[in-house]
Amino acid sequence: MKNLTLIKMAVAALFFYSCGSGNNEETTSSSAPDTAPEVPESIAEGKGIGEIEEVNLEEELDEDMVKMGKAIYDMKCSACHKLTDQRVVGPGFQGVTNRRKPEWIMNMITNVDVMLDEDPAARAMLEECLTRMPNQNVSVGDARNILEFFRNNDVEKTGNKDQANS
Amino acid sequence: MILNKNALLRLMPVLLIGMVACNNKDSSQLIHGDAAQQAYVPPGEYDEFYAFLSGGYSGQITVYGLPSGRLFKEIPVFSQYPENGYGYSEETKNMFNTSYGFVPWDDSHHIELSQQNGEFDGRWLFVNGNNTPRIARVDLTTFETVEILEIPDVAGLHCSPFITENSEYLVSGTRFSVPIPQEDVPIDTYKENFKGLINYVSLDQEHGHMDLAFQIEMPGFNYDLARNGKAVSHGWSFLTTYNSEQAHSLLEVNASQMDKDLMAIVNWKKAEEYLAAGKFTERETSYYHNLMDEGSGIVNSEERTTTKILDPKECPDMVYFIPVPKSPHGCDIDPTGEYIVGNGKLSADMSVYSFSQIMQAIEEENFDGEFDGIPIINYEAGLHGIVQKPGLGPLHTEFDGRGNAYTTFFISSEVVKWDVESKEILDRQSTFYSPGHLVIPGGETRKPNGKYLVAMNKITKDRFLPTGPEMMHSAQLFDISGEKMKLILDFPTKAEPHYAQAIEAEKLMSNSKKFYPIEDNTHPYATMGEGRSRVEREGDEVHVYMTAMRSHLAPDNIEGIKVGDKVFFHLTNLEQDWDVPHGFAMQGATNAELLVMPGQTRTLLWEPKKPGVFAFYCTDFCSALHQEMSGYARVSAEGSNVPLKWGLNEELRENQEAANSFYEQAKTRASK
Repeated sequence: MKNLTLIKMAVAALFFYSCGSGNNEETTSSSAPDTAPEVPESIAEGKGIGEIEEVNLEEELDEDMVKMGKAIYDMKCSACHKLTDQRVVGPGFQGVTNRRKPEWIMNMITNVDVMLDEDPAARAMLEECLTRMPNQNVSVGDARNILEFFRNNDVEKTGNKDQANS
Repeated sequence: MILNKNALLRLMPVLLIGMVACNNKDSSQLIHGDAAQQAYVPPGEYDEFYAFLSGGYSGQITVYGLPSGRLFKEIPVFSQYPENGYGYSEETKNMFNTSYGFVPWDDSHHIELSQQNGEFDGRWLFVNGNNTPRIARVDLTTFETVEILEIPDVAGLHCSPFITENSEYLVSGTRFSVPIPQEDVPIDTYKENFKGLINYVSLDQEHGHMDLAFQIEMPGFNYDLARNGKAVSHGWSFLTTYNSEQAHSLLEVNASQMDKDLMAIVNWKKAEEYLAAGKFTERETSYYHNLMDEGSGIVNSEERTTTKILDPKECPDMVYFIPVPKSPHGCDIDPTGEYIVGNGKLSADMSVYSFSQIMQAIEEENFDGEFDGIPIINYEAGLHGIVQKPGLGPLHTEFDGRGNAYTTFFISSEVVKWDVESKEILDRQSTFYSPGHLVIPGGETRKPNGKYLVAMNKITKDRFLPTGPEMMHSAQLFDISGEKMKLILDFPTKAEPHYAQAIEAEKLMSNSKKFYPIEDNTHPYATMGEGRSRVEREGDEVHVYMTAMRSHLAPDNIEGIKVGDKVFFHLTNLEQDWDVPHGFAMQGATNAELLVMPGQTRTLLWEPKKPGVFAFYCTDFCSALHQEMSGYARVSAEGSNVPLKWGLNEELRENQEAANSFYEQAKTRASK
């Protein structure tokens, strides 16, 4: 619990910093030693950065969660992300659970502003897509439902899921 | 502003000369060394107070920060606002319905923030429309106008909407007396046929909804300003009147004949008893109540047809009068609720009344006759004392919570600080020029925050760079924390602020809404996800269910519209992020644009007049690809058989069923 609080504070500090300094990369890196001392462990582990530290997945999909996840996707995500591998505004979701750890996916959904500033993989995608993913104010619970929907989509599209979760 | 500037200028040429001489004082001599620092709010930091200023003839409200004087927002209230489509969109145009029809302008005067226990609670803001009598409510979580109630059978609702200390009622009075009910009579039958009304609008404590509880039929005077009692005087209302002469022409002379006019004093708890006892008459009338539904943002408009009238002749001990010096304007009550200041515009002195003395005079029936059956309390019996020669043309008074009152003087162009108990004058500072109202944060409540005072001036002249014949009005910020008032800032204000109220920023900030949760959107034409975007035809009505997300509109290609159709663009903003509205403009639309907040649905009507292909686009720079956020609508001739089609990204779809199952199709296509 203490750790979580500390991490949250660090996240808050980072967010505050990045918010205050805009998107100027040079400024960020030159003054980084003062405010963001080192790459957080979670980023190094490919889990991204944010509230989600550990996600335990059951092998079997929860159909109710898949349904709820789809409803949120339809309303808040589908304008920019297709369920295929086609990129429109943002990347297509096909195979996302085979590429990214569940913690990374959920942090990207719930903590997008910090992810886009601090996580190298998220930043690389921003450079590719050139549109900042908006904060859609998705709760942690809803993000978990969306993750379940992604896993279902990956099984349907690729026959596989959770391949990045090892 | 009731006070006719020209009239005063003509009536008091000698005084005017004095005033001009006074105004020519070099204000830079009044500035102290650290003034700039006091008004300076560094970049990225917040002001300590929100100040809500009425807009006068703009009909709107503006929101400023104090002490910086920075303008944060203009809230559209009584006037259509093409900038965001307020009053033009299908959802909001009902806000302007009145018994006179659609009235898209008014004159907003007095701001009243909701209170609990005599303190601002930061829930709602109320403001009056003068010309077509009505009262609006602004929700302080969204800073949006959500309700307008018309007040029947009154004219010029200047004396409005003064709130009681637990937000039980908004009290108002007619500025112009008129025949009730309206009828075709000679104007010179004023004395027999013209009446005034004092109105009590009750507030639903949970939602703030307004309801006309009752009206009191009064003599045909001009009811000017009011305040409600607080603490010891809670349960009573005080209203200044002018024109007790009952003149109906050249009022600037004929309504200023008598040495004293009358202040009306209403025991509204007594009125409630009479109402409960059924001592009212119900009269047929017509007035409108327009209320925005929270979930859909749609304004529902309803005509109401009856009103309950209480007659003071039938209801003893409910209404009294007390004389006030010549042509009074402001009527202000100190934080203890004991002292009531009546400012006679044309009087050299100011009368301060004592609530406990007034109560005693009523108890002892110390009356000097009556008017239309309403007892007139003996002036001296109710008088706490007179502030001798404080200045010229006293208008309004606010309080600092430390026993001091601050009064604006229009003619001598100054703010005067005086001690309420001793009536001694403590300080005077010039303003530039001719102040109307003044505001101290919480300055009319039980708990003023006596740090700053803003004087809202009526005349600007040389204060700012010239901008042609019309100048913005000027406001002046004073630091009043010390013994002497210190001028620290000038700032221009929009249109003509009359009254304003200011509140600690922390009381509003934490409740401020950042977006509308899309899950709570109950608009019948909302599009809950881009996959459900579609176009439907119902006769000659075409409904476009459109979504906006950085950086595209869906659908963005529409065909099959015909000349003569009514095309309704129902735009749902799917964003759920703070400060990301999307705009919508349609070439050839004869109304305005839409500005749609995240999670909201708004509708623009377009009636294309000729065949062709017309562009629409997002008007709010929303992202790096904002310029790409656009689309085309194809219009065919009347009777053409071009089929209805719509789409995005070359995926044209032709019927509603297909649109509804868009998601399933996408899934199928993807799995192939």
